[in-house]
Amino acid sequence: MELVWRIVWVAGYVLLAPLLGGLLAGFDRKISARMQGRKGPSVWQPFYDLYKLFKKQSVVVNNVQDFLVYGFLLFIVFTGGLFFFGGDILLVFFALTLAGIFFIMSACSANSPYSAMGAQRELMQMMAYEPMVLLAAIGFYISTGSFSVMDIIAAKDSAICYLPGIFAGFLFILTIKFRKSPYDLSTTHHAHQEMVKGLTTELSGNILACVELSHWYENVFLLGVVGLFIVNSTWWSWLIAVAVILIAYFLEILIDNVFPRVKWQNMLKASWVVTLVAGVINLLILTMIK
Amino acid sequence: MNISKSPWLLHYDGSSCNGCDIEVLACLTPVYDVERFGVINTGNPKHADIFLITGGINHQNADVVRQIYNQMPKPKVVVAVGICACNGGIFKECYNILGGVDTVLPVDIYVPGCAARPEAIIDGVVKAVALLDEKRKKAAAPPQRKEVG
Repeated sequence: MELVWRIVWVAGYVLLAPLLGGLLAGFDRKISARMQGRKGPSVWQPFYDLYKLFKKQSVVVNNVQDFLVYGFLLFIVFTGGLFFFGGDILLVFFALTLAGIFFIMSACSANSPYSAMGAQRELMQMMAYEPMVLLAAIGFYISTGSFSVMDIIAAKDSAICYLPGIFAGFLFILTIKFRKSPYDLSTTHHAHQEMVKGLTTELSGNILACVELSHWYENVFLLGVVGLFIVNSTWWSWLIAVAVILIAYFLEILIDNVFPRVKWQNMLKASWVVTLVAGVINLLILTMIK
Repeated sequence: MNISKSPWLLHYDGSSCNGCDIEVLACLTPVYDVERFGVINTGNPKHADIFLITGGINHQNADVVRQIYNQMPKPKVVVAVGICACNGGIFKECYNILGGVDTVLPVDIYVPGCAARPEAIIDGVVKAVALLDEKRKKAAAPPQRKEVG
């Protein structure tokens, strides 16, 4: 019976994550517009964009690039699927990194300076957020005694009770993962950049649509990880988790609109300092009391 | 659903005096907010549906404009904004000016004015958006066979 439920969760993720991710992106644009005193597009706008991209002519730079983008989409779905199946959180994070590598390689395969620049910056971003992601996995293990998502959500106390610092650090690197200003170095949805569109410069039509779809899957998965910090064996913890996820997402939109973009040196310094101060100290204290 | 619900725009400044460019950017401000129609000002020809050009064409930028146009995936629409982009305007007789955008590209929509007002630009973009759907339908339909005899 338990296995059936877990498969239902995975199926729900694979089918509904695009809908949820697209809606989140739509609300993001609407809320951003309101913060800037504009009316903003409909919340369904990301779906119109996706439909349009699928209908456009696809200008293929090379076949390897298309293959790598499909790999990115596949491994992002695998990452999220494994997470919602209740699998090993460590394996989930490794699969996420692999998906990221696919995306970077797709940008590298195009013979374009902007695309290459985006790829290099994406590598920098990975360097900035990976330590915190790994610390989060270790933190879950120490606080609940298991890497399995199933065991973590079945714990008596929420993980955040033991991992407040790691939770704060994870929220910090979430800005990088969501490609929000001030850390939207490699590619961004905002207009006019010195690097055109970075990673996605050479992508068009349905391949660009696949990237967009992957981001929706990724965002839903990442917000799922935020929820994982809150959920415990009680039913009402799920409601709090949903509330925390929505607050976290709103916070990211606010940060996006408040801060200008920074240089990569600044990003690397800030994210590693946060990882060291919030993450490592949290982990040290945890190993002492556990 | 129509593809015209998501027109992404590429703005190129030919030999404009910047008057029209400022009006184009004014369309994105809270007062006019073209994003409410789904318009995104993208800097990438490979993502763009609408090619919006301000200013006339000269010998130096003719190839650039042609190349940007060729990089855009179909269906695409060209909008010439301002009188200089329409026919060369006040610079028409200059030794270095070829004329309007239509000297190098097939222009779909002409938006006159010096500088073109944001209302006129938005009107032009909305007309261009309607053309996008038409062009897609034409591309999707099988080619008409001519009956002989």
